[in-house]
Formats: sequence, structure tokens, C-alpha cells
Amino acid sequence: MITFIPRDKVSKNWIIIAPILSIVFTIFFGLLIFTFLGYNPLETLYQIFVSPFSRIDRISDILVKACPLIIIGTGLMLCFKSNVWNIGAEGQFIMGALLAGFIALSFPNIETKFFLLITILAGFVGGALWAFIPAILKTKLNVNEILVSLMLVYVAMLFIDFIVRGPLRDPMSFGFPLSKPYPDGALINKIPFPGIGFLGQLHYGILFVLLLIPVSWIFVNKTLGGFKINVLGSAPQAAKFAGFKQNSITITVLLLSGGLAGVAGVIEVSANIGQLQPEVSFGYGFTAIIVAFLGRLTPVGILFAGIIIATVKLGADNAQMTMGIPKVVTGLFEGILLFFLLTGETLQKYKIKWSEGKK
Amino acid sequence: MDALVLTIIATSIPLLLAATGELIAEKSGVLNLGVEGMMLSGAVGALGAVLWLENPYYGIVAGALSGVLMASIFSIFTINFMTNQVATGLGLTIFATGLTGLAGAPLVGKTITSLPKIEIFLLSDIPVVGSILFKQDFVAYLSIAIIIYISFFLKYSKSGIILRAVGDDHQSAHSVGYPVKKIRWYATCFGGMCAGIGGAYIPLVLTPHWSEGMTAGRGWIALALVVFASWVPWRIIVGALIFGGITIAQLVGQARGWPIPSQLLSMMPYIATIIALTMISGRLSKNNSAVPSSLGKPFFGSQ
Repeated sequence: MITFIPRDKVSKNWIIIAPILSIVFTIFFGLLIFTFLGYNPLETLYQIFVSPFSRIDRISDILVKACPLIIIGTGLMLCFKSNVWNIGAEGQFIMGALLAGFIALSFPNIETKFFLLITILAGFVGGALWAFIPAILKTKLNVNEILVSLMLVYVAMLFIDFIVRGPLRDPMSFGFPLSKPYPDGALINKIPFPGIGFLGQLHYGILFVLLLIPVSWIFVNKTLGGFKINVLGSAPQAAKFAGFKQNSITITVLLLSGGLAGVAGVIEVSANIGQLQPEVSFGYGFTAIIVAFLGRLTPVGILFAGIIIATVKLGADNAQMTMGIPKVVTGLFEGILLFFLLTGETLQKYKIKWSEGKK
Repeated sequence: MDALVLTIIATSIPLLLAATGELIAEKSGVLNLGVEGMMLSGAVGALGAVLWLENPYYGIVAGALSGVLMASIFSIFTINFMTNQVATGLGLTIFATGLTGLAGAPLVGKTITSLPKIEIFLLSDIPVVGSILFKQDFVAYLSIAIIIYISFFLKYSKSGIILRAVGDDHQSAHSVGYPVKKIRWYATCFGGMCAGIGGAYIPLVLTPHWSEGMTAGRGWIALALVVFASWVPWRIIVGALIFGGITIAQLVGQARGWPIPSQLLSMMPYIATIIALTMISGRLSKNNSAVPSSLGKPFFGSQ
């Protein structure tokens, strides 16, 4: 029989050990399942975890893929910290990209890169507005934000599909469901390295991440707003007695996370696609949930977590090409990883005690 | 007309089953957001079993077992390791999406035989009602039986009352000597079984082949249905039929060429879910006795 005994204080070692152990366990169980289903475990291991590092341009593609995950994950961190369960980042990402795309396509001749400030702002507004729906329903009518934000993902996916096949379709697209290409001013360029040229798809959008991590760190650790979020999440009663307004915190974190997801959408489309298409997200919004937890709901942690998860995503792409393993298999690893991370959280607060005999 | 009603009923069965199972889990205090994942597992399990054993009834069994397997994973983590239920449920859905994608890959392009209809002697000859109510498949009858059974179970049986007590106040239930964790394990696994059968119904009756993520959000709608029904079993039937109706209405609309873009029609079930949740949640105050008070809270044992 196993019993759990509360620790006197949160174990510091576990904060570092838990994520590492989780990854080890995840790889072990993932490979067990692969073997069981008849795939070569060692080759899978190589494709998913090693092949993304095999060339310098592949490494830079990891950063490109990590970029939206880190941006969305940082927003979700604020929600999850304050016990608000926004799981609709995927929809907010799409709506951000769509609103920014609409503005970009309204100015077909614009060339100045300052225009990017406007499209990114539009992306923030688009995502935040989409997150405002669960926010207002939650705070005014006590409607479950989990279900509303998720339902809105399906609505957003259908909506962008409708817009791109209908009103915003490029008449010159030869029947493909694509919008016109963005004007130069709305495109995010690749970064040229002197003497090397471009490194894979590495683009200037990465600068936003480099800005976001310190800003969010300061917000969470050094401001009153961040303090309120921490208290609300870890000690809701204390937050109540301190007079923190739970509703306004709920609305704020949902707007911020929706907005950040929207910005991620703008960067992704402006840097990698250059026009609107029926599918723009490929599950970043859902994957970012795992990123936020793997990063232990801290900005720096999320930076690393984004890179780790992006590696697995790229590895899965490689595994699909070389071994015919379906790409969705990353979900398998993400799910197991989340289970173990959450278990790690329990073990941080409790000691395990093995005892003999009956319950 | 008969055909239309039959399609609506068929569409609502997976929702009905999954929501009923989740209702029992929630009544015991467990919020399992992995319904979508358990349904997907049920679907892929059923497809595999039918292709292998060539009998659609094994599909039901395999679906139920797959659902229970997923629910067991959820239970180990949330009940024994006391992890956060919301996050674990999300994890379960993400995990199952990956697992079923992998397990379903070899099944792509293969079609299975559907579950046969069972005509009930004499009753099926009643005009109109007969062909709608008494010419259904086994799972349809089963789902109604389950609803009736759990209605009585929750209200009149001793076990049902204990289950509700565990969901309402696990500390007190524990002090009186009921095995909180064990009861939650059973309730969660029952939820998994129902979701698994509901998922199995999708390939067994609705679309007889595998495609990734074929449940298309039904698990999430089922979760919403539990709230919509305010945790009262028979109201799930009403809710499921309404959602079945909306889903079919938009399909009919697309087929008949209504002057509304198909994507906007396809949004209807999801928007309807939000509207339904909004209408019900406004009325359900936080202290409503229908909502299990310990819902979503982990039980730490006696320490």
C-alpha cells in the first residue's frame, strides 16, 4: 500500500528533477507502446529525438517551430496559474491571424515594415476578442470556460475556412483556397547571417520571443498583477480575503492569453506562409498547453519546454516521412509527459510512504 | 420523415452514452475531461475488433474495454497520484488522439459491417412509432436501459446514494467509512465504458471506416450535455436529441443547398452548445444541489 505524507515544505530538488524524470519516463513508455504496435523503437527514438539536431538548418527550424509554442504557452501560463482553464488558444491563434490577415490584405501596396506593428496589434485584438467570449460568459454567468473556449476552436476553424474559400479568396488562385499574398509590409523576413545566408526558416519573429520572456518574467515576479495571479492560483481563499477581484483577474488573463495566441498566429502566417489559407495553425494552441506545464508555468521554463516540444514535433515529421508513422503520434508523447509532470507536482508536495498490510 | 427521425436518434446515441457515463463519474466527484479521448479509443477499438473478428457485436465489447482502459489511466493519475483532474483529462484526450492515430493508421480505407437492427416482435409493427422505437440496434436499446437503470440507481439504491455522498463531501463519506478512492475508480471506469461504447457506435453505425479524430468534438459536447442536463439522467436524452437534431439539420441544409455557406451551418452544433451552456449555467447557482460539491477536487486520504 502506498500512502502520501505531506512534506513540510515544497521539495526544491523535485522542481528540477521532476521534469527531467518525466521526460525519461515518457520516452520509456512511448517506446514501449511503439514496440507493442510493431515499430522499431530505436529508429523511432532516433527520428523523433535525434534527427532534428542532425543539421544546422534543422536546429534553426526547431526555433521557428518553438516560436508560436512559447508565445502561446506564456499566455496560457497566466491562465493556468490563476486556475482559469483556457484550452481554446487554437481558436484565438486562428482569429488573430485572420484579423491581421484581413488588415494586411486591405493595404495591398504597403511596403514599410512599421506596418507589422499594426498587423501584430490586430492579431492581439483578434485573439483577445475571441477569448473575451469565454471570459465574459465565465464572469457574468458562471459558464464553464473550458467548454466555451474549446467550442470556439471549432467555430474559428470553420470560420477561417469560410473566409478563405469565400470573401478573401484570391480570384487568381486557380481554384486553390488561398487569399492574395500579403504585401511586403506585412511579411516577416528571414534573418540573413553574414557569410552564411539564411539558416533554414529562421525569421525575425524570434525577436518577439526574446522580448516576451523577460517581460513576462518581470510581470509574474515583480508586479502587483503577477502577484495577484500567483495568490489567486495557489491560495484562492487568501486572494478573497485580500480583496482581489477574481473576475477582473479572470478577464485579464483570458484577454492576455488570447491576445498572445493571436500574435503567435500573425507571426506564424506572416513569416512562414505569407497569405491566408484554410488551415494556419496545425494544433499549436493545444500543444502549447503541454509546453506551459512542462515549463512548470514559469517564463524561462516555457522557453526550454517550447524548444523540447518543437524538437519532438519536427522529429515526428521526420518519422512520418521515413517510417510512415502518423504525425499525430506526438500527442502520445505529449499526453504521457503531462501525466508524469502532474504526478511530479504531487510528489513535490507529498512524500511517498510504502507500508505493509491492508488499507 | 421516419428516416430523418432515425438518423437524428442514431446521431444522438454516442452523445447520450458518453454524457451518461460522465454524469456518473461527476456524481462521484470526478471531472474527466478525457471523454473525447475515451470515445476515440472506443471507436478505434471497435473498428479493429470488427475487422479482426468480423462480428459487429465484438465491436461493442472492444469499445467498452478501450474506454475502460483509458479511464483506468485517468484514475491511476487523478485518484491515486492526486493529479489535477482538468489537466489530466486534457492530457488523456491528447494522449488518446495520438494513440488512436497510431493504432488507426493500418485501418485506414477499410470498411466494416454495420450493427444490425433488431426488430422487437409485434411492437415494431405499430405504425410510425414502431419503426422509430422498436427497430433499433442493440446499442440504442442498451443506452436507454442504462439511462433508466442509473436514474433508479442514483435515486433509490444504497450504492447510488453512497456514490452521491462521495461526490458531495468526500471527507465526510470517508469518515463514515466509505472507500472514496475505490468508489471513484468504479464510477470513472463506468464513465469510460459508456464513452467507449458511444465512441464504438460511431464506426459501427454512423460512418463505417476510420479517420483521425473521427469523434469531431462529440466528447466535448457530451461534457456540455451533463451541465445542460443539470446532472439529471433523463434530461440527457432531451439534450442529446436536440444536438442530434441540430447536427442533422445542418447536414440536411447542406444537402438541400440552403443559401447559407456550409461552414456556417457546420458551426451550429458548437454554437448551440455555447448557447445551451449559457442558458443553463445562469440558472445553476453555485450552491445548487445538483452540482456535486466535491467535483474536481482530489481526495488526499485521511492525513
